[in-house]
Amino acid sequence: VPCSSSSLAVSLKAALIIQNWYRGYKARLKARQHYALTIFQSIEYADEQGQMQLSTFFSFMFENYAHVHKEELELRNQSLESEQDMRDRHDYVDLIDVPDSYNGPRLQFPLTCTDIDLLLEAFKEQQILHAHYVLEVLFETKKVLKQMPNFTHVQTSPSKELTICGDLHGKLDDLFMIFYKNGLPSESNPYVFNGDFVDRGKNSIEILIILCVSFLVYPNDLHLNRGNHEDFMMNLSSYLQLHGKRILQILEELYAWLPIGTIVDNEILVIHGGISETTDLNLLHRVERNKMKSVLIPPTETNRDNDTDSKHNKVGVTFNAHGRIKTNGSPIEHLPKHEWEQIIDILWSDPRGKNGCFPNTGRGGGCYFGPDVTSKILNKYQLKMLIRSHECKPEGYEICHDGKVVTIFSASNYYEEGSNRGAYIKLCSGTAPRFFQYQVTKATCFQPLRQRLYTMESSAIKILKERVISRKSDLIRAFQLQDHRKSGKLSLSQWAFCMENILGLNLPWRSLSSNLVNIDKNGNVEYMSSFQNIHIEKPVQEAHSTLVETLYRYRSDLEIIFNAIDTDHSGLISIEEFRAMWKLFSAHYHVLIDDSQVNKLANIMDLNKDGSIDFNEFLKAFYVVHRYEDLMKPGVTNLG
Amino acid sequence: MADEKDREEIIVAEFHKKIKEAFEVFDHESNNTVDVREIGTIIRSLGCCPTEGELHDLIAEVEEEEPTGYIRFEKFLPVMTEILLERRYRPIPEDVLLRAFEVLDSAKRGFLTRDELIKYMTEEGEPFSQEEMEEMLSAAIDPESNSIHYKDYITMMVIDEN
Repeated sequence: VPCSSSSLAVSLKAALIIQNWYRGYKARLKARQHYALTIFQSIEYADEQGQMQLSTFFSFMFENYAHVHKEELELRNQSLESEQDMRDRHDYVDLIDVPDSYNGPRLQFPLTCTDIDLLLEAFKEQQILHAHYVLEVLFETKKVLKQMPNFTHVQTSPSKELTICGDLHGKLDDLFMIFYKNGLPSESNPYVFNGDFVDRGKNSIEILIILCVSFLVYPNDLHLNRGNHEDFMMNLSSYLQLHGKRILQILEELYAWLPIGTIVDNEILVIHGGISETTDLNLLHRVERNKMKSVLIPPTETNRDNDTDSKHNKVGVTFNAHGRIKTNGSPIEHLPKHEWEQIIDILWSDPRGKNGCFPNTGRGGGCYFGPDVTSKILNKYQLKMLIRSHECKPEGYEICHDGKVVTIFSASNYYEEGSNRGAYIKLCSGTAPRFFQYQVTKATCFQPLRQRLYTMESSAIKILKERVISRKSDLIRAFQLQDHRKSGKLSLSQWAFCMENILGLNLPWRSLSSNLVNIDKNGNVEYMSSFQNIHIEKPVQEAHSTLVETLYRYRSDLEIIFNAIDTDHSGLISIEEFRAMWKLFSAHYHVLIDDSQVNKLANIMDLNKDGSIDFNEFLKAFYVVHRYEDLMKPGVTNLG
Repeated sequence: MADEKDREEIIVAEFHKKIKEAFEVFDHESNNTVDVREIGTIIRSLGCCPTEGELHDLIAEVEEEEPTGYIRFEKFLPVMTEILLERRYRPIPEDVLLRAFEVLDSAKRGFLTRDELIKYMTEEGEPFSQEEMEEMLSAAIDPESNSIHYKDYITMMVIDEN
């Protein structure tokens, strides 16, 4: 190769061109990755907010539901569940036997570390733990949890470092990865699991069982904090619904007994969500935490002007997921409102850069707390750091508020393959916290960024498009309002404005536009193309399109409501129940749907004309819940 | 004349919105600042291709008097708007990129070996970091021949971006 100075200059320039181009390309990939994450996150939080809003719907629904089923209401009232703790082992475990033919793992009580190993091996082989053992483990765990205080105080030392893990959300592979990298829990290897063990991933029950068994074997070294998803109402649209009534019942109780948080070396507070400017740790140490059943069941309105310590609520009713009406004539059923709110703040809040404390409008519960709030609260209780989880971070962890707040998130690939890493923290008094990251993937780990991005991006765009179709009528109306010339086109600005307002999602619409609509050579948007490339499978022919879209739009709400009505988890509801429920639904959401249409729909759905609707088929027919396709696979149920 | 001024105002307003969107995606704490290390990504995501040297100068322009490691939106917006209005740092056209590879491939074989690519990218121009080099290799190198067939590579990348 000739080495003249001019050819050197030329090759230098060539190298520069390639490098420049490559860096630009890489940056654009990175930006697209961020956009995809933003899509996932804003939809996730909007969904959580939607669930929060259901709380008012449930109170409304109870009031009217009672009129429809008066006799049932009386019957249920008679079997008051004033003290659920009264139920003993007999109601749960002893009614179910393990048959000889069962060849899954068999646990020996009292549990030892052998049982932990046994379970890990079994779950790696994808075996299923028999309901008898599931119930027994959960029952025993609840018994021990009851003896734990609201906050566990833990000390570390060089020979006994503490590992803190964040959200797992049913992703078993991540738990396996953590144990592989960091070792199993033991007296010399203590762990804190900071909430959100369940929901979203497929292996919620397996993770719960592993954590509960480890807790039973090492109750002083395995610490479980409650997360916002350790809430039976939040579980209503999750894989957990696969399991039988008894398991769900005892979960409901177990969740409420999970401690609120952990305090490490008297200086680090570990809680799931965050704090607010009114967070009162002393009060939180004292509250009767087991009375915090669910974020979606707020305490009934009392005379707020009266002394806030009053525990005497007016006699009223609450409606729980299993269709049982509980009267809270007994004064000890509920937390006072301010205590309930204190716990909500702990489980739902998120840190933000702006000073001050604001309602968390993204999630609909808890608040956004600024660095000033962090300083104030940490100083007040002589603490140095807050470790929390609750938010997915691309690197698995994030430090903010000047090093005072650490977010730790342990479910890698949370939204999609390649979306983020998981991480855990190791704490030892006197040294800085150490962070360990990982990413559990099938083959994608070593794929170049562009392939990982493609998977994540197309997934994000797909769920975004699902949102778009669910609001089709409203969107079209908005578009047409702006389209004065009836040209079928809008400027990018106008299109973005409509999308943001109707969908209520704060997304970079302009940057995403090329993925979502057709844009002509003048840069104008052909707005009807927003609805292309999405199909609703097997739509019900005779139903009015508004009905179809409304069902699609509220499908996650529908799921929850159906589960609430189907008290024996049979998958069937009666036609009357369907009609009544639909009426309530439309009244609450101000949707005008003809009675005759509802009847038509109900009758179409009752395929075998026996007066009951297989509502899972109904939901499927509207492409309502794609997860249900997995749920209905044979052999996956834990009946009990 | 008034018409033209109106048009320019509309264009500027659109640029402002576009820049805000790109900025907000990286504003993790929702306080109108981004980490200075993300500025390059933001500028490039808006379609511009400054060299590392040009980027360095831009950062100096938008930084605080006393650099804090964060860039505020108020300082970033006017600078970025100017760049977009002046159409500065236009991206490299496909054929220029191809010719650049051909220059390095003096023997006109149609490919560069892995070692050659590494040498050029890490020793000349504005050298790649090890991470950048590894990333480019993972996507560009054909494992069987241990070389990069640059024409196919460029075509693949262009499809990606569109």
